[in-house]
Amino acid sequence: MRFDLQVIASWIEPGARVLDLGCRTGSLLDHLRREKHIRGTGIEIDEQAAGEAIAKGLSVIHGDIYEEIEDYPDNAFDHVILSQTLQQVHDPARLIREMLRVGTRCIVSFPNFTHIGNRMQMFFTGRAPVSRELPYQWYDTPNIRVIPITDFRRFCRDIGVPIVREVAISTHHHDTRGRVITFLPNLLATFGIFMLGSPGQGSGPEVSKPDGS
Amino acid sequence: MSEYLDDLDTGPGVGLVEKQFFTFGSPDKPLVLESGRSLGPVTLAYETCGTLSAARDNAVLVCHALTGDSHVAGRYNEDDPKPGWWDIMVGPGKPIDTDKYFVICSNVIGGCMGSTGPMCLDPADGPHQGTPYGTRFPVVTIGDMVRCQRRLIDHLGIGRLLAVVGGSVGGMQVLEWSVRYPERVCAALPLATTTKHSAQAIAFNEVARQAIMADPAWMGGDYYATGRPEHGLAVARMIGHITYLSDESMRDKFDRRLQDRCELSFDFEADFQVESYLRYQGNKFVSRFDANSFLYLTKAADYFNLENQHGDGSLVAAFAKARCRYLVVSFTSDWLYPTYQSRDMVKAMKKNGLDVSFCEIEAPWGHDAFLLPNARFDALIAGFLERVKGQCAAGQCDAASAGAGNAGTGCGADQGGGCHAL
Repeated sequence: MRFDLQVIASWIEPGARVLDLGCRTGSLLDHLRREKHIRGTGIEIDEQAAGEAIAKGLSVIHGDIYEEIEDYPDNAFDHVILSQTLQQVHDPARLIREMLRVGTRCIVSFPNFTHIGNRMQMFFTGRAPVSRELPYQWYDTPNIRVIPITDFRRFCRDIGVPIVREVAISTHHHDTRGRVITFLPNLLATFGIFMLGSPGQGSGPEVSKPDGS
Repeated sequence: MSEYLDDLDTGPGVGLVEKQFFTFGSPDKPLVLESGRSLGPVTLAYETCGTLSAARDNAVLVCHALTGDSHVAGRYNEDDPKPGWWDIMVGPGKPIDTDKYFVICSNVIGGCMGSTGPMCLDPADGPHQGTPYGTRFPVVTIGDMVRCQRRLIDHLGIGRLLAVVGGSVGGMQVLEWSVRYPERVCAALPLATTTKHSAQAIAFNEVARQAIMADPAWMGGDYYATGRPEHGLAVARMIGHITYLSDESMRDKFDRRLQDRCELSFDFEADFQVESYLRYQGNKFVSRFDANSFLYLTKAADYFNLENQHGDGSLVAAFAKARCRYLVVSFTSDWLYPTYQSRDMVKAMKKNGLDVSFCEIEAPWGHDAFLLPNARFDALIAGFLERVKGQCAAGQCDAASAGAGNAGTGCGADQGGGCHAL
């Protein structure tokens, strides 16, 4: 399993109710089901991926995350996961609030746009960065947002959503190995992973590094 | 709903099967139908394949569609030219694997394939005793069909069905089972179906019924001695067939190609292949189906309304009764029961916190897609059933209580021990 998913999995307690938005073929849910005995549900817009996930015996709904999430009752889940999809989300604040309505906690991960590799590409070539994490040209990318880790923290503060936990990692896109970045994460990490709580329920961040970049 | 599609390679099957009969009720102790009228005795024709486990926990009930029958898979004898109507789905190593599951399929009441229906002889004392019911047969509902199936399941000594599976009108029965007898169903697979007919679906059924009733041979339904309304029934079937296909599949299959000719005939022969096809399907159907049954079964489908029957008009309230997990499947080109109807039921299931999987499969074949070979469809059903089997083996027959953290209290503990107990 991808390293970023391993990190997310480590944050889920056994037996939890988990909703995975954009679950693809369900590898995270499958892992959590086997290792943590969670009660998982996935939402996936791609028919083939959703079909493969259901064929694995997972509970998955083939559909659009914005529409599908609306049907769940409040607090139906312990964790709602949005893994590497935030950069494609039209209205992130609305989606995150909706995630925190149906779940106690939400976990969001995204490629860190201000990783040093991207910065160097822009600086030296003067072109839009293309990386393993964001492997698209400007004309074919599904990604409509660029998200630096620093800006995401600021965004959470602005919308009043407490960060419960965060970690920055360095890993290649589909790599099963990686490492946690504690020094200058906004510069050196390829991905940011955040656990968010509802306004009023948040505790202080467990990992909170000053933005050193 | 075409059933018995031509030229499908179904591979190795379940072998020989036998149609069996189960009769319950009597004129003194009849089945009281939802209409308030009574029927008794009631006979169901049914077939089984696979082996019922010692624990009686591997039974899968397959519900047939509008004009199907109990002959879901296998052959009646070695020389049978065709296997059962879902032989591609049911058999050893197939998605509904008869090496694992004990498969039951019964003909619905109101039908004409061995179960009590309008062509059966009226047993009641009176002037009509011993003559076919015809339109004196009471109108039956999907709920009535399912209540009869429950009697059969009781008779077979099965407490809880591992799964109830069905497409189209069969899917309506699946939905009905899941909310009418929640404690008797571990998993439900409503496929290419709806919780209620749209006005469009009712409209097509009504035109089909009118075609039958407009045939002079119909004689108000009392035609069994005088000759059947073959033309009306054939036209009804032709209308049905149009709704089972799609614009794309018709274009692909026929386009405007001519049948056995190079030029237009300038008369009313079947010039086009599509005309020839519909005439062929209509005529083929007449030889195996009863016109009155067609009237009754289409009426039952039109009357079906899960939210009115079980939720006082609210689909969410109707599914509040359910306890099973669901696999809902729709097909992109199915305009008879379009995907939005499946999404509506999925939405109501989710609002109840039910365990539901849903997939809209891309397929060009229209409503009939659920009867045609499709690797994705096969994988969905096989994978889902395999999971349910594992969950039930782990004592989580009741998805609702398992979800609430009560896993391990045992499936059907409320039934006196295990999902298998009666």
